[in-house]
Amino acid sequence: MDVTLVRIGFVLLTLGTGVGLLVYALAWLLVPLEGESTSILSRAVTDRRGIRMVIAIIPLLVVIQIVTAALHIGYLGSISWPVFLAAGGAILIRRNASEQERVWINQDLMPMLHTGRDRHSRRTVLLRVAVGVLLGIGGLLVLILGHTTRAALRPVGGALLVIASIVVVFGPWWISLVRDLISERQARAMAEERAQMAAHVHDSVLQTLALIQRSADDPHHVVRLARAQERELRSWLFEGRPPGTIGQEASTLAEGIGLIQRQVEADHGITVQVVVVGDCALTERLRALLEASREATVNAAKWSGATQVSLYAEVDADMVMVFVRDRGRGFDPGAVSGDHQGIAQSIRARMQRLDGSAVIRSSPGAGAEVELAMPRLEHRS
Amino acid sequence: MSGDDRLRIFLVDDHAVFRSGVRAELGDAVAVVGEADEVEAAIELINERVPDVVLLDVHLPGGGGQAVLRGVAPHHPEVRFLALSVSDAPEDVIAVIRAGARGYITKTISGEELLQAVATVGAGDAVFSPRLAGFVLDAFADGGGGSVPTAGLDPELDQLSPREREVLRLIARGYTYKEVARDLVISSKTVETHVSSVLRKLQLSTRHELTKWATDRRLV
Repeated sequence: MDVTLVRIGFVLLTLGTGVGLLVYALAWLLVPLEGESTSILSRAVTDRRGIRMVIAIIPLLVVIQIVTAALHIGYLGSISWPVFLAAGGAILIRRNASEQERVWINQDLMPMLHTGRDRHSRRTVLLRVAVGVLLGIGGLLVLILGHTTRAALRPVGGALLVIASIVVVFGPWWISLVRDLISERQARAMAEERAQMAAHVHDSVLQTLALIQRSADDPHHVVRLARAQERELRSWLFEGRPPGTIGQEASTLAEGIGLIQRQVEADHGITVQVVVVGDCALTERLRALLEASREATVNAAKWSGATQVSLYAEVDADMVMVFVRDRGRGFDPGAVSGDHQGIAQSIRARMQRLDGSAVIRSSPGAGAEVELAMPRLEHRS
Repeated sequence: MSGDDRLRIFLVDDHAVFRSGVRAELGDAVAVVGEADEVEAAIELINERVPDVVLLDVHLPGGGGQAVLRGVAPHHPEVRFLALSVSDAPEDVIAVIRAGARGYITKTISGEELLQAVATVGAGDAVFSPRLAGFVLDAFADGGGGSVPTAGLDPELDQLSPREREVLRLIARGYTYKEVARDLVISSKTVETHVSSVLRKLQLSTRHELTKWATDRRLV
């Protein structure tokens, strides 16, 4: 049988008559836990020290009985009986509970009595209880003594005071539970972050260092590796972009240009010097512009023979311009056939389809520059 | 060049490996008269030896490159500073330029370009890397680039002339001064004049974007 069903049954019994609570408590005392041979009660009757502690509080009970009788506040005396019985029971239960139950008691119930880690905790607990009791008594007084004209308000005010007293008594306990939860969660988050960082550093920096050590005799390759790693690390540290997301699509023009830079540097082992002035969100037109820019940059990396390509992008009020420049061997744009011409055509066609333009300037021996211009759609309405 | 005619260079960088690398790249074309790896020592030695050009690391323990500039400029305004950095952050670069450096280059620069830059600064002109040109165009953008035109600015100092803008744009595109001159059909000297004028504006402008970067870092 499911334990939850049993508990629900007892709760219903309790709501009805209050007998349920008693039965549940008795069952808890008498029935051994799963996997244990003795119940709490059977252990408690053999716990001599515990019994002695319970006996030790009896004189206190007697004193209270005498005092209350003398002061004619018999009702206090009468409720002190169950309170003391409960206290004695609590002592025996706490001492003889199973390991599992003791953990539960220590973690969830004991904080009620000493909440803070500070030295004044006991005094604050007493103060708290005193205020709570006063509020509770106040609530009862309002309920009982209120004027008839405020008949409707009375029960409400009393109930509010009772609730306030509960909050004052239990509030710090709840807070301390929440605080423990938060600090535990923080510790877990920090550990996770550390593990993530270690993973990133391992995947990027350590791998690259290993590659560099292995290719120590190829300075060109070492520079390329170091350069790519520097880019990646910088974009992680300063722009918060984790390594390994290079393939992810960019959302702004500057990000897209940075993407082209990283990809071309990684694939072709040249330096791409990027300067971006202004920035804006990507549109369909600007994506096409980025594609054309990538084509032009790759083209320069492949054919120019230069070790560096400059990639400059400028966002204007109604126009975005990109310049791709190299100081390589150059060519005659009007006379070449083959690959240069083909790529130039594909860049040009791509730009012109969306109202953009592409101009290629080059002459043999003087490097090349591709100028791409694309109007910004949203500013032409 | 004979020994006495060579430019006297001083290196300030906290990485010994980098200093020896720069020394090797500069070779015999210039005379390296000293090195320092932190702010205090740098100020003391530079004031003592008065080099022509100081190659200054932007990120330096004990106050950064700006601290060295502030410690030397009042005593020896003739000493010229060329800032070197691996950092791409615009505020760092703008801050060191506003503190008085005559140029900014990145540490990945080639040996040949480094010599060229040192010579340019030594001659009293400004050195703008493409990246610095981009930052300046960004900071002085008149709308479009995201910033709104601000009213109440001194147009003399807080705006770039169309010609200066053209020059910076070409530098940002990767053109050398000589190539800029050829493209705009002006002399190299005129290009240098334009760049130096931009540098002056950069240092004296009250433009919001510039002061904001500086105050964010408590450098004004």
